[in-house]
Amino acid sequence: METLLAIIGGALFAAGIYMVLRRNLIKAVIGIILISNAVNVLFFNLGRLTKANPPLIWEGNTLPVSPFANPLPQALVLTAIVIGFGLLAFALVLAYRSYKELGTVDLDDMKMDPVEVSAEMRAEEEQVNQ
Amino acid sequence: MKSLILHTATRLLMALLLIFSLFLFFRGHDEPGGGFIGGLFGAGAITLYALAFGAEKAQQTIRISPLTMIAWGFVALIISGILPMIVNEPFLTGQWLFLDFADTEVKLSSPLIFDIGVYLCVVGFILAVIFSLEEE
Amino acid sequence: MLIALLSIFIVGLIAPGLYSVLREKTGWVLAILPFSVFIYFLTLFPAIADGEVITQSTDWVPLFDVTLSFYLDGLSMLFALLVTGIGTFIVLYGSGYLAGHEYIGRFFCTILLFMGSMLGVVLADNLITLFVFWELTSFTSYLLIGFSHDSAESRNSALQALLVTGIGGLALLAGLILMGYTAGTFEMSEILNSGDVLRESPLYLGILILILAGAFTKSAQFPFHFWLPGAMAAPTPVSAYLHSATMVKAGVYLLARVHPAMGDTDLWFYLVTGFGAATLLISAWLALCYTDMKQILAYTTVMVLATLTMLIGMGFPLAHQAAAVYILGHALYKASLFMVAGAIDHEAGTRDIAKLGGLRSLMPISAVAAALAALSMAGIAPFFGFIGKELLYEAALEAPMWSTLLISIAVLGNIAVVAAAGIVAIKPFYGPKVETPKHAHEAPLSMWIGPITLASLGVVFGSLPFLIDSSLIVPTASAIYGETLDFYLSLWHGINLPLILSVVTLLGGIAVYKIWTGLQSSTPAGLYSTTFHDGPKGGYQFLVDGMLSTAGWQTRVLQNGMLRYYVLTIVVTMAVAIGYTFMSRAGFAWNNELGSVELYEWTLFATIIASALIAVMVRSRLAIIVALGVIGFGLALIYLMYGAPDLAMTQVLVETLTVILVALVLVHMPPLKKSEAAGSKFRDAVIALTLGGIFTAMTLTAMTLPFDLFISEQFAEWSYPAAHGRNIVNVILVDFRALDTMGEVVVVAVAGLAVYALVKMNKKQSKNGGAES
Repeated sequence: METLLAIIGGALFAAGIYMVLRRNLIKAVIGIILISNAVNVLFFNLGRLTKANPPLIWEGNTLPVSPFANPLPQALVLTAIVIGFGLLAFALVLAYRSYKELGTVDLDDMKMDPVEVSAEMRAEEEQVNQ
Repeated sequence: MKSLILHTATRLLMALLLIFSLFLFFRGHDEPGGGFIGGLFGAGAITLYALAFGAEKAQQTIRISPLTMIAWGFVALIISGILPMIVNEPFLTGQWLFLDFADTEVKLSSPLIFDIGVYLCVVGFILAVIFSLEEE
Repeated sequence: MLIALLSIFIVGLIAPGLYSVLREKTGWVLAILPFSVFIYFLTLFPAIADGEVITQSTDWVPLFDVTLSFYLDGLSMLFALLVTGIGTFIVLYGSGYLAGHEYIGRFFCTILLFMGSMLGVVLADNLITLFVFWELTSFTSYLLIGFSHDSAESRNSALQALLVTGIGGLALLAGLILMGYTAGTFEMSEILNSGDVLRESPLYLGILILILAGAFTKSAQFPFHFWLPGAMAAPTPVSAYLHSATMVKAGVYLLARVHPAMGDTDLWFYLVTGFGAATLLISAWLALCYTDMKQILAYTTVMVLATLTMLIGMGFPLAHQAAAVYILGHALYKASLFMVAGAIDHEAGTRDIAKLGGLRSLMPISAVAAALAALSMAGIAPFFGFIGKELLYEAALEAPMWSTLLISIAVLGNIAVVAAAGIVAIKPFYGPKVETPKHAHEAPLSMWIGPITLASLGVVFGSLPFLIDSSLIVPTASAIYGETLDFYLSLWHGINLPLILSVVTLLGGIAVYKIWTGLQSSTPAGLYSTTFHDGPKGGYQFLVDGMLSTAGWQTRVLQNGMLRYYVLTIVVTMAVAIGYTFMSRAGFAWNNELGSVELYEWTLFATIIASALIAVMVRSRLAIIVALGVIGFGLALIYLMYGAPDLAMTQVLVETLTVILVALVLVHMPPLKKSEAAGSKFRDAVIALTLGGIFTAMTLTAMTLPFDLFISEQFAEWSYPAAHGRNIVNVILVDFRALDTMGEVVVVAVAGLAVYALVKMNKKQSKNGGAES
């Protein structure tokens, strides 16, 4: 199963990279979700798979029943999942906000001429100063 | 969302889900569960309510605002960190207090306070996101 | 010494504040400071005259062998006296010259900071400390040259000086560090004793070139000479200070300082003397190509610096004697001449020789000061310059190599100096009166006291050389040479070859002076100045422009504003770097355990892969959400099967919330449209598949390596006894690795705040009616 999981990781990673390279902002955000899933799988896989027992200690014992699954990557991945979700939420809202502001989800259309931008910023500054 | 079934079901389920979220949370130290999972579950329950009745109503029902919740979460995290420093141990060292009630033993500890902080932050975070977007 | 140095820096920093209290008196009050430091050094004078060396040391950065250590011998003493003595007059002069100027407070501040830095350079013992002060002089001189910051010319000159000396400074830093490591110590006083180690080291050539690069840029040697005349855009007090006694002499000081350790080789002679002679020859002519008094003076300064470089390069006692005399003589007459030029500019409104004349009766004191200084500069007996010039000729005649060449260059150079001295001292003051832009009158006391004092000292030292020879010049020459020398200075050496050459020089100089007006406007002169002044300057300009346009081009290419090209660059770099390293260092390996895979696992595998494909291929937003959901729940199942119930629960919950969130957002967003060319899709697909392949290959290879479960087993063992928890994953999260978790929770919480702010911020804006959406 390690082999299959490694292929799953690679496939999710490839899909994520492909999506991140798209012009559409929404697709890029979806790419981020896929990449973070791929990395979680990588971690989980590298901690070695054990089908036997979860890393829990039964009542009355002081040690888990061997063989048990490796708890360390689980702890790492658990927080990574939640953080990945945080990142996703932020990216989604950012995408949404930029769509509202700029009226497009096409990353190329969002690009502004730096000269124009600085002119605009200067005008804004002057407005503030007045 | 205007759906009679959803409304009715949510009213009934909400309390149950929240209690289950607390259950997941408290058993976390010994069984699968804990601050992250309990928090996600609790936030899910309130999200369901927000979807059914709107963010404003959900906000009124839980009273406390998500940002305040995050703030209290930080407070809990910091308390659990500082507690051991009072007895001259490094930041975040676990402190334990065992209480015996007849035949059930209750464990109070600074990791529990820490986990409460995690729970509050996770719930606060998700609600902040869902409420802001739902209002749009 | 540290206190003297620090007091200058501190007073410098509060000088603008002082000015707002003391107004016109500031110059006189502030001048007390350099003057008292001057007196302080005078009190140390007897000890130095006896050949003693004073050292003081305070720890600065002990870890890197950097100490604030100071070293005072004859050479340092000479420079310290010049820096503080002339500095005193400059502060006074500046207060008169810039009286009423808007930024006079700033002037006092930077000139004092500069004075402190310069003093630091000549006193520093530690190489790193030396370098720090060295760079401080570059930096403060940048501020001083660019003092009139509203003029573009001034800004350009300042930048030019900063870039040239700054790049030289970097070379110097490298040279000093190499020197320190080769010699095994960073204290100059100790390095001076380990000259043999340095000279025999294979790094000798490198160290020498790097240090010379630092010294030559600072002291304006060819081909870096162009920045000094450019720096004449500075207010005159600055030019008088920086370009007579201090800043430009720092390079000469450095050469003199390292000579005992680095000199005494053929290479040293070729490089140092060679560059000095070349610069002397080039600048001699250039000095005669201009009519601006300050430009002429600037080029004569370059000439003197070249002479000094040449003398230090020769590396035998007589040459170093001449160098010591020259340093002092030049500082005295050049500072006065600069100050006089400034006074003329200030009072008459121009400093163009062609527009000046007959000022003698209007500015008598300045005229006297100029005449005294110019006589010393021309090297006429009994002025101090005469002694210097005689010694120069003697040294050139006795040079170990090239002596005919060197003496010819020295004579030619001095002919130009004599002519230049005549031009700046005679033309403006004598002859028919010329109408000047301003009605000229004598400058105020603060502006003539400096020139007249310094110029008179030239006569005093010239006629009574015993005043300073054994006490100052001998220790200085000894420090340059590296061994104690014993000699005395005298005006009259009898009728010998140097004296005859002096007469030739004088006559030649007068001849050049006579024909100067015609010479100056002739074609060869113009051509010459184009070649040797504008040439290097053009080279510098070409480099600067080239750098700017390269930077612009590179920014346009790299910072093109297209997010996906940024990502593409990162991703391709990653694929190449990781892929190459992986294949070349490790190579692919694989544990084939596919035989043990169950049917339901194959099914799960196929489902997830298919969903990933769907997510990539389809355009329906709903389908993408569903595909994401299937992937997430599929992974949750895998986590569950392999003993991770906590992970599975988290994944399921997060996946549920993700679907809700994505759905909430996508409702408000436009549908996905087909917008991209097949070509770029194909390219991206290839890149993505390559990276995915590397990902899988590396995972598989990593799995074949031995695995250490030590940490995990420790956690499992401690979980119940130490942390009273039976869920090991949770115990790791809230107890063993609680600090990590804390950080992660903070990240999540901040993401929440950011989302909230992003959404609410706009609401407030539109309420205020200011939003454009």
